[in-house]
Amino acid sequence: MRVLLALLVVLLLGSVARAERLIVSVSNHRVTVTPNYSGEELVLFGSVEKDATTPADRTAYDLVVTVMGPRADMVTRRKERTFGIWINTDYRQFLQVPSYLALFANRPFDAITSPEIARRQQIGLNNVLLTQRVSGDFADVVPNDAFRSAFIRLRTQRGLYREDPSAVTFLTPTLFRTGIPLPAEVPIGTYEVEIKLFANGALVTKTETAFEIVKVGFEQFVATTARQNGLVYGLATVAMALMTGWMASIVFRKD
Amino acid sequence: MQLYLPIADLPVNVFLVLAMGAAVGFVSGMFGIGGGFLMTPLLIFIGITPAVAVASVASHIAASSFSGALTYWRRRAIDPALASVLLSGGVTGTALGVWTFTQLRALGQLDLMIALSYVVLLTTVGSLMFLEGLRALMRTRRGAVPPRRQHNWIHGLPLKMRFKRSKIYLSVIPVLIVGTLIGFIGAIMGIGGGFILVPIMIYLLRVPTSTVIGTSMVLTLVTMLVATMLHAATNHLVDAVLALILMVGGVTGAQFGARAGQKIRGEQLRLLLGLLILSVGVRFAVELVIRPDDLFTIRELGVSS
Repeated sequence: MRVLLALLVVLLLGSVARAERLIVSVSNHRVTVTPNYSGEELVLFGSVEKDATTPADRTAYDLVVTVMGPRADMVTRRKERTFGIWINTDYRQFLQVPSYLALFANRPFDAITSPEIARRQQIGLNNVLLTQRVSGDFADVVPNDAFRSAFIRLRTQRGLYREDPSAVTFLTPTLFRTGIPLPAEVPIGTYEVEIKLFANGALVTKTETAFEIVKVGFEQFVATTARQNGLVYGLATVAMALMTGWMASIVFRKD
Repeated sequence: MQLYLPIADLPVNVFLVLAMGAAVGFVSGMFGIGGGFLMTPLLIFIGITPAVAVASVASHIAASSFSGALTYWRRRAIDPALASVLLSGGVTGTALGVWTFTQLRALGQLDLMIALSYVVLLTTVGSLMFLEGLRALMRTRRGAVPPRRQHNWIHGLPLKMRFKRSKIYLSVIPVLIVGTLIGFIGAIMGIGGGFILVPIMIYLLRVPTSTVIGTSMVLTLVTMLVATMLHAATNHLVDAVLALILMVGGVTGAQFGARAGQKIRGEQLRLLLGLLILSVGVRFAVELVIRPDDLFTIRELGVSS
C-alpha cells in the first residue's frame, strides 16, 4: 500500500513537472570549420508550451542555457620564482572538463533561483562541476580555489568559457532566443545544449539538444592524417620540404 | 588573408607568416645559416605554442638547407666522408633529442627548457662570435696578419681518418660528438645548428672554409629531416600548412639575402651575426626573469569525445 502511494505521488509530481514543454532548435546543427573560419554565432530559439495542467498563475519564466563542448583532460600549471627565474612548479589536473562552456540566462542567476538549487543544477561558472585530481582523490573544490579560478579565467580570456545572464531574450512571455558565440579557436566535436526552465525559483522542466562542429576539406584531412598516420604525414612533409628546396635551387640558379 | 592552421589550431594571417619567412630567409641567406634560432622565437611570439613551433620549423629548415646543399654539391664544396661521420652522430643525437622533448613535454617543463637552452646557447655563441668579429676587425685595421693555424689537443685523439676533399686527417671521435650534440639541441630547440656547427668545425676541427658550409648544410638537412619525421610520428606536432608558407617565404628571402651578404666583409658579417644571436638570447633571458603576466597556464591532454 505504501509503495503504491509513493508511486502515485511520484506520478503526480511527474505530471506536474510535465505541465510545460520546451521546444528548442539551433540555427545550425553542423558548423563547419573551413580554412578561413574566424568564428561565428549560432542562434538557439524555442518556446514554452503550456498545457491544461499548467497552473494559471504561472506567467513569468526564467531560462538557463548551458552549452558544453567535447570533454577533455586539462592541466593547469602555476609558475613560481625559483633561483631568480619563473618555473612551472605546482599543477592540478582537471578530468573530463568541457573544452567549451557557456551559460546564458535571461536575468542574473541569483535572481532566478536559490543558491542551493543553483549549486545542484550547476547554474553559473562557479557551480559547474570541474573535477580535479587532488593527490589521488577525485573531487571538485571550492569555487575560489586558486587553480579553479585561474582555469576559468584563462578559458574565459580565450572566449571558450563564458557566462552571460542577459543573453537570453524572451520575445513573448513564452518565445525565447539566445546567441551562442563560437570563437575562431573553437574545439572540434559534439556540443551538448541543456535548456532549463525555472518558474518562481523552482526547476519546471528541461530539455536537451546538440550540435556538431567539424573541420572540413583540406583542414580536416591534414589534422586527421597527422594524428592517425603520423609516419605517413611526416614522410609527406619531408617530401614537401625537399621539393620546395629543390625547386628553389632550380628557380634561383645563377648560371 | 586569414588561414586556419590545422595542427597549431589557430588562425593566422598568411602574409604575416610569409613576410616572417622571407625576413628570416634574408638573414639566413646573408649569413649562410638556417635561421631556425630566429624563426622559432618569432612563431612563439605570434602565439604558436613552442612545441608546434619547434616541430614545424624543423621541416622549414630542411627545405632551405636542401636548396643550399644542392648548390654547394654542384660546386663540389661538400665533403661526403666528413658529412657521413657527422651524420651518424647527428641522427643518434636527433633521436635522443626528440625523446627528451617528449619527456619534458609530459613533465610540463618543455617551454622552460626551450627558453633556457636559448638563453645559454645564444648568449654564449653570440658573445663569442661578436668578440671574435671585433678582434678580426681590429686586426685588419692594424693590418696585422691573422695568426697561423695550429694543431690543438683534438688532433691528438685516436681513430684517425683521412677526409680527402677537406684535405684533413682527423680523429672520428670529436666529429661524432659534434654531430650528436648538434642533432640533440636541434631537435629540442627547433634550430638547424649551423651557426654553432660552422664555428666549431672551423676553430676546433680545423676544417677548411671551402667545404665547411656545404658539409654543415648536409648535417642540418638530414638531422632536420629526421627531426620532422620523429616529431610527426611521436608528438603529432608538425604543422605542414605553416611549414609550407614558411618554406616559400624562406627560400625566396634567402636568395636576396645571399646577394646582400656578398657586399659585406666577412668580419663585419660575423660581428652582425654575433649581435643578432646575442640579442635573441637576451630577449629570452629577460622573459625568464621578469614576472609573467599570468602565473597560470593550461594544457589540454587530448580531447576524448
